Amino acid sequence: MIAALDITPTYYLVVAAALFTIGGVGLLVRRNTLVMFMCIELMLNAANLTFVTFAKALDDIGGQVIVFFTLVVAAAEVAVGLAIIVAIFRRRQDVTADDVSALRG
Amino acid sequence: MNPVFDWHALAPDVVLAATVLLTLVATFLLPDRDATQVSRIAAIGVLAALVPVVTLANDGADRAMFDGAYVVDNYALALKAFFLVAAYVTILLSVDYIQEGDYYRGEFYFLLLTSVLGMSVMASARDLITMFVALETISIPTFVLAAYRKHDRVSNEAGVKYYVIGVLSSALMLYGMSLIFGYAGSTRLAEIGAQVSAAGAPPLLAVAVFLSLVGFAFKVSAVPFHFWAPDTYEGAPTPVTAFLSVSSKAGGFVALLNIVFFGFYGVDGAGTELWWPVIWVLAALSMTLGNLAALRQTNVVRMLAYSSVAQGGFMLVPFAAAGIAGAAGDLGQADTAFGAVVIYLLVYGAMNLGAFAVVIAAARRTRSAEISSFAGLFQTSPTLAVLMTVFMASLAGIPPLAGWFAKFVMFQSAVEAGGAWGITLAVVAGVNSVIAFFYYAGVMRQMWFKEPAGEDRSEIEVPYALTGALAITAAVTLVVGVYPQLFARVGELAF
Repeated sequence: MIAALDITPTYYLVVAAALFTIGGVGLLVRRNTLVMFMCIELMLNAANLTFVTFAKALDDIGGQVIVFFTLVVAAAEVAVGLAIIVAIFRRRQDVTADDVSALRG
Repeated sequence: MNPVFDWHALAPDVVLAATVLLTLVATFLLPDRDATQVSRIAAIGVLAALVPVVTLANDGADRAMFDGAYVVDNYALALKAFFLVAAYVTILLSVDYIQEGDYYRGEFYFLLLTSVLGMSVMASARDLITMFVALETISIPTFVLAAYRKHDRVSNEAGVKYYVIGVLSSALMLYGMSLIFGYAGSTRLAEIGAQVSAAGAPPLLAVAVFLSLVGFAFKVSAVPFHFWAPDTYEGAPTPVTAFLSVSSKAGGFVALLNIVFFGFYGVDGAGTELWWPVIWVLAALSMTLGNLAALRQTNVVRMLAYSSVAQGGFMLVPFAAAGIAGAAGDLGQADTAFGAVVIYLLVYGAMNLGAFAVVIAAARRTRSAEISSFAGLFQTSPTLAVLMTVFMASLAGIPPLAGWFAKFVMFQSAVEAGGAWGITLAVVAGVNSVIAFFYYAGVMRQMWFKEPAGEDRSEIEVPYALTGALAITAAVTLVVGVYPQLFARVGELAF
């Protein structure tokens, strides 16, 4: 028998914060543009998880509704992002962020 | 409960949405994807959307819909009108550039207007969900627009840099919003404001506010979150750069105004300590580093990019001043300061679009964006040189041009907010106005005192659409400079 754990909203919030941090650090550390996209997805989903947790805790449907909007927006963003990546790949056969550096900031 | 649709209040957005669909359909149906026709549809649609804005302003009543998530008041109308006029000028800037490029044409206007639709909704958004969706509607088409010259390596790079930063800022902002939702128990800005006043500010809210402010700081390219701007501005097609540096930036500022003024401000200025120090730092850094970096540029588009970072800093000054005044309990002064942000935004839009119009016109001959390519412009095309001088002088804040009035209300708000912090910020802004004069004057020097480089000394031919854009922006810059009450009234009505 596994002892029944009392899972409070705090657990979900901590998981969400961890996801957000992993995504943020990954975005800074990884150089492959596709992996960078995945990290951003992690960050967006951390926000989603926080919204759902609060929606459940506060008994407010608004928090769950915003998740649907976020999912649609994230899908649109990925579509555009991959299109840009494909445009670059067609010219360079490589998607490493360091190579995209014709312009100097 | 059935939602109430006030069709008159929704009319500007509905007309714009219809135009968006019409441009897309027309692009595919017209023979050879005739972009000239599509640009006409887009321009007429934008002007048509201005009609209900005018009738609503005439009517004057505040209209709230969807439980207060979507509000049409004077503030929203003033900004809608600004976004629509700026979109019209951007279309005028784009017509010949797009027509002469070898790229997909009609879709350009579809993407442009979709972004404008997001801005128009943003002006009315008083709810976190609405704001998030509006901000993404503004951003996502601009990622594509920045990478529009898809066979061009520099344009690709501009697109991917803008994309990664844009999406990162949305993620930060959304996570901040989720924490705010947990704190306030609502996504309505009004209820968040009420909660800030009632329950005070726990550390959780400070984190949430900080995350959302950082998200918006990326959008308005405030230092230290500005590094994408010069690369994206240089790599993107020039009309798109004009759009990014004016409309898209203004969209970010409107989002910031909404969330700060209607939300974090609280009902009585209770929450101001949370955000004004952050904005103070962003303002001081943006002005100083933006101007210092602009001094070193040899490319006029990069110079304008850093100049727009610095101008963004100037726009943040009254913002911080509003927080300082609100914290001191002077609510009337805080409202005036918020009004100053709107005035600066409107004036900046006119003069910056004008400067880009001249850059686009001059580049038709020189095919270059180097500042040295402006050499002797007064000898070859005196009208363009005079107009560029007007826009540069206005950006530098020289009377009697509109930029002077914008700087004046900005200084006034910082000084009258008072306190050591308000005065310090005014001093920083003053020093920066002087620094800024040098690089704006650098362009003037090239135009007036240097000899033209090329053989061809005939006057640069300016197509009629560009002429229209120059006329509109120059008229606003001159008229508002001479008769500032015009915009001062807008600032008063808005808050």
